[in-house]
Amino acid sequence: MQVTMTVNGEEVTRDIEGRLLLVHFLRDHLQLTGTHWGCDTSNCGTCVVWLDGEPVKSCTVLAAMAGGHEVRTVEGLEQNGELDPVQRGFIECHGLQCGFCTPGMMMTARALLDANPDPSDEEIREAISGQICRCTGYATIVRSIRWAAAEQAGTRTTAEEPGRTVASTSGSAS
Amino acid sequence: MQVPAPFEYRRVSTVDEAVALLYRLGDTARLVAGGHSLLPMMKLRLANFEYLIDINELHDELGYVRAEPGLIRIGAMTRHRELRESAELAAAFPVFGDAERVIADPLVRNRGTLGGSLCQADPSEDLSAVCTTLDASCVIHGMDGERVVSMEDFHRGPYETAVGDAEILTEVRFPVRPRGSSAYETVERRAGDWAVVSAGAAVWLDEAGLIADARVGLAAVGPHTAGIPGIAEALRGQRPAEELWARAGDIAAEACDPVTDRRGSAAYKRHLARELTMRVLRRSVARIDAHIGGHIDGQEV
Ligand SMILES: Cc1cc2nc3c(=O)[nH]c(=O)nc-3n(C[C@H](O)[C@H](O)[C@H](O)COP(=O)(O)OP(=O)(O)OC[C@H]3O[C@@H](n4cnc5c(N)ncnc54)[C@H](O)[C@@H]3O)c2cc1C
Ligand code: FES
Ligand code: FES
Repeated sequence: MQVTMTVNGEEVTRDIEGRLLLVHFLRDHLQLTGTHWGCDTSNCGTCVVWLDGEPVKSCTVLAAMAGGHEVRTVEGLEQNGELDPVQRGFIECHGLQCGFCTPGMMMTARALLDANPDPSDEEIREAISGQICRCTGYATIVRSIRWAAAEQAGTRTTAEEPGRTVASTSGSAS
Repeated sequence: MQVPAPFEYRRVSTVDEAVALLYRLGDTARLVAGGHSLLPMMKLRLANFEYLIDINELHDELGYVRAEPGLIRIGAMTRHRELRESAELAAAFPVFGDAERVIADPLVRNRGTLGGSLCQADPSEDLSAVCTTLDASCVIHGMDGERVVSMEDFHRGPYETAVGDAEILTEVRFPVRPRGSSAYETVERRAGDWAVVSAGAAVWLDEAGLIADARVGLAAVGPHTAGIPGIAEALRGQRPAEELWARAGDIAAEACDPVTDRRGSAAYKRHLARELTMRVLRRSVARIDAHIGGHIDGQEV
């Protein structure tokens, strides 16, 4: 069958099998290997991409289901040659070690900050709770996302330790 | 690498189209909603179909939470995330918010639907327990129009429902009765995992403060997702009290049928069934006292 979708703002059309998973479509048919493929069982979240603006596990979505819809991958985070604040936060605050979980973490982080520009630590941890990192112990990931939030809000001060500049733990965790 | 066996992908954009296509293709076809139960099963080759009919375009038609006097209607394509974010639902039934915080993880909740949860009929499915607790009924569409079945009749057994080959679940209806509230509790091993055991409760008081009705639904403790009638019988007409919750907990522990697996021993799960039943009944009544729950359009019903 033929499928047409928008990936990172560009329309793409390919001949695929109905059973092809979105993660393999992105990696093997579009060579967008930034999206990682890990557990295969909807548990690890390294395969997270956006489908119509919402982060989803692309190993549990058929490529065909994305037909006519908009997909955004980690390759689409950078805008006009500039890294997204989330990407810079991960660099600044050591948000990765091996980097395997990182694309998925960053896609979820971007979606979180779009919906909630000043999340509490608890809200950040909740947002990434469907994703596994075997290296960092999550603390630096949380700090990286906070750094990005502060950077966007213009409240980050370089004198302080990265990510420790926002006291945003008062948010109402539901 | 896990991939489903080959199938043909079809997409429909109305309920009528879905029913007509199901009718034509018979039991070789299966609907896919969020796909977060079905696709994992197909990847493991526990399920194979010749045709998969994608109903995600029905979200416009079947993605809603509507409040009416005495009734809440939820469309089958409403996603977990939308259930969690619905203020109307939270005002009527706090049990939904409790449950949606612990079902899977935010990413799965962006895709999984109410209809898929109920139709999957996995005994560990949390929304089945929630719907049982709230005495919901299911609207099923087929070639001859629609029929409405109670949750008790909807679930025929593990992975089996009243939905026929050429039918689709379109809506779930929840009666909103006066002086009622509800709660849900779960014990899970780690964030995002399926429950070791979950319990939901809904309690309604009469004008004198006695229990008019009470329902408890358990998940992950055996093949039956149906409510436990013994609890309602033991609680009706009584004044809310700790001893009563303890008695209900005993009935729940006795009525359930857990198995030992890697999530825990049968004895531990029975203990949880008792303890969680007590907690959710206690919390439901505390919420009635605090006027949390049982509201439609900002008014207590
Ligand atoms: C990692 C992970 C963890 C999870 N943890 C939990 C958890 O803790 N608690 C929990 O309750 N659930 C959990 N789930 C399941 C999740 O809630 C699923 O989203 C849900 O069970 C199924 O919804 P779906 O829309 O994805 O259904 P699908 O997978 O699309 O469909 C499931 C079944 O229902 C049928 N179906 C779907 N919609 C209809 C309809 N309208 N009419 C007739 N038949 C229909 C399909 O044909 C299929 O047989 C988890 C899932 C994953 C992947
Ligand atoms: S590969 Fe998709 S969740 Fe692990
Ligand atoms: S950085 Fe290695 S898994 Fe997260």
